[in-house]
Amino acid sequence: MLSRTASHLYWMARYIERAETTARLLQVGARNALLPDIGGGFRNDWEAILQATGSLHAFRDKYGETKQRNIETFMFFDTENPSSVASCLAMARENARVVRTALTSQVWDGLNGAYQELQEFHRTERSRMQLTDLTEWTMNACALARGGIASTQLRNDGYYFMGLGFSIERGDNTARLLDVKYYVLLPSLSYVGSGLDQTQWVTLLRSMSAHRAFNWTYRGEITAAKIAHFVILNTKFPRSLLNSVQMTVDSLDHLSRGYGQPSRAQSVARALLAELAEAQVEDIFDEGLHEFLTRFTRQNAEIAGTIQDTYLQGEPA
Amino acid sequence: MTQDLSGTFNEMMNGADIRAAYSNLERWHNEMPADLRSLKQHEAENLFRRVGITFAVYGEGGDPERLIPFDMFPRVFTAAEWRRLDRGIRQRAAALNAFLADVYDRREIIRAGRIPEHLVTRNAAFEKAVVGVRPPRNVWSHIVGIDIVRTGRDQFYVLEDNCRTPSGVSYMLQNREIMMRMFPQLFVDNRIAPVDGYAALLKKTLASVAPQKCEGEPNVVILTPGQFNSAYYEHSFLADLMGVELVEGQDLFVEGDFVWMKTTEGPQKVDVIYRRIDDAFLDPLCFRADSMLGVPGLMNVYRSGGVSICSAPGAGVADDKAIYTFVPEMVRFYLGEAPILENVPTWQCAKPDECQYVLEHLDELVVKEVHGSGGYGMLVGPKADRAQIDAFHAKITERPENYIAQPTLALSTCPTFVEEGIAPRHVDLRPYCLVGETIELVPGGLTRVALKEGSLVVNSSQGGGVKDTWVLAD
Repeated sequence: MLSRTASHLYWMARYIERAETTARLLQVGARNALLPDIGGGFRNDWEAILQATGSLHAFRDKYGETKQRNIETFMFFDTENPSSVASCLAMARENARVVRTALTSQVWDGLNGAYQELQEFHRTERSRMQLTDLTEWTMNACALARGGIASTQLRNDGYYFMGLGFSIERGDNTARLLDVKYYVLLPSLSYVGSGLDQTQWVTLLRSMSAHRAFNWTYRGEITAAKIAHFVILNTKFPRSLLNSVQMTVDSLDHLSRGYGQPSRAQSVARALLAELAEAQVEDIFDEGLHEFLTRFTRQNAEIAGTIQDTYLQGEPA
Repeated sequence: MTQDLSGTFNEMMNGADIRAAYSNLERWHNEMPADLRSLKQHEAENLFRRVGITFAVYGEGGDPERLIPFDMFPRVFTAAEWRRLDRGIRQRAAALNAFLADVYDRREIIRAGRIPEHLVTRNAAFEKAVVGVRPPRNVWSHIVGIDIVRTGRDQFYVLEDNCRTPSGVSYMLQNREIMMRMFPQLFVDNRIAPVDGYAALLKKTLASVAPQKCEGEPNVVILTPGQFNSAYYEHSFLADLMGVELVEGQDLFVEGDFVWMKTTEGPQKVDVIYRRIDDAFLDPLCFRADSMLGVPGLMNVYRSGGVSICSAPGAGVADDKAIYTFVPEMVRFYLGEAPILENVPTWQCAKPDECQYVLEHLDELVVKEVHGSGGYGMLVGPKADRAQIDAFHAKITERPENYIAQPTLALSTCPTFVEEGIAPRHVDLRPYCLVGETIELVPGGLTRVALKEGSLVVNSSQGGGVKDTWVLAD
């Protein structure tokens, strides 16, 4: 397969995943904003969300004040914001269009259909669109593309490059979502364990469509340790960091088996997987949640860089 | 530009009678309820948009992905009509290739005094870089698109030749697919020659001109300028049908004596490049240094026989409008045959006496720029106002060698769906002739139709549409 084709498939998947995460973040923000503002040490929750997507500065430069309506515009519609839902879906669809023939018509229809509907949204009056409708629409659009891939794409190398796009992006995004929690709580650790703390954790779980899954898995009281274990180390939770790295390793294994050649990306990814498999929640809190997440994001990016070098640039294997 | 339709040939009619070839279609159209018709028209548009067959126009505002209007009323040729066209098209494609092989080699036709030397060697499309190069099988133009118009029962004229990278063949194929899907009964009731063998023939043609150095199954690729090119859909469509990689310049590199493509498993040798980019962009080391679309060093590999490029660099010199006049001469000179297809009578403004005639009759002629394309930069005398005619008078006087002129032809019409039913609209035809080890031509081509009443301009960039083109079996 052409390296460029593989690269387009990989990025298509990354943008689908990213669109979904942005929508999830918007959901978290909207719910958090409904909580009572205690003032004092709290930062604006919306700022935490912008910080998590790394776009707080870009937002401030363009809109100034962090008002919900501006945030919605910025994170959903604004095509100048590279991680807005509109930008991500347009990029996913553009990557797909270039390699149209490497995709089944079901996958293409899913992405192209979402893109056409998005153009309709741009023409619709804003007051007629609810934020929850928009975020749900996004999840549905992404699920359709994902479902098309799962049920119709050939299991050839292209499929596993898409798989890598999804898992690399997912690991990165879960770490960012969890980090939002850090930014919100940073000013005062005294809130840990309080009722407010509890509500925010629940909101976080909801943003990953995992609230009920969590309850089934852990039962009883929600504690920071349990949540951290669930989101970082749980082997059954599909968005956990451990699981996203596992998915990356699986895709890489399939690729090197198909090509009959082991890759350096495999060993880098396996090293991270081994660390997560051994890790204890206590160690993570000792290191500091934010520090741990920052380190994970860097290591995950290193795997991505190695994939890039190994497969996507067409250099000799 | 409109014109009086009296005196033009309506391809459906023979005097007041419906011609036999169209009788089934006449009945089909009469029996079709109006609501079904608009339903089908919508269905067709949805199919085109869903498959992504759009014509990309960037930089003009509006939706960059436009549909070329599809007219559901097919255009029909009888077996006898096609036999003659078929022979004429193959003959012309062979002569054009013989001409190219000659002008980059011994230039016999110039020595024989049949074509003035300066028209060839001072032509902008003449590539000095390939003089003396002999591509595999000495084929230069592998896909020849010949634009043909009809003015009467038996009068066909070649309007122009396209020896570089004629586009539109995906519409020929998709128009047929969509018609078969929407109106299967038509294909039961009429014996219509299939065109879907085109992709296999194209692949066979390209593989047949692989370099001698190539061992085993040749690796054929299509080289595209990328997704922003107006014909990108066609490039990816053809790559998919042939099962070959669609590459951009950035996917290829030169190392040693060969061209390689970058794959997830490392470099893979490329043997035949069906390029859909212009000569000037092929190789920044040989042509335009600022080209980001090409492959540095490609021309060196080409000249040393490491890779085949289709069409061969330099092939454009054969389809230049100034050379066009001489194509019938090429047929006689190289093939020793009488030309089966005629040229439209053409005045060369480069010749003083012909230029004089053109300047005196601007109000009745069509004037074209020698290097122009797509219906831009032309004057249609009968439809032009005084100011436009004066402007062209000045331009021609200043640079006569840049212009040719032709009479306004009474282009034939074909029934076409309009608001109130059907009405005659002007059409042309572009068949795609494949030249490799053998010369191949599928029975059909792309019919373009000027949708505006009376309009003669069929170019998709200027509001033309397309039709399915049928060749009936005997």
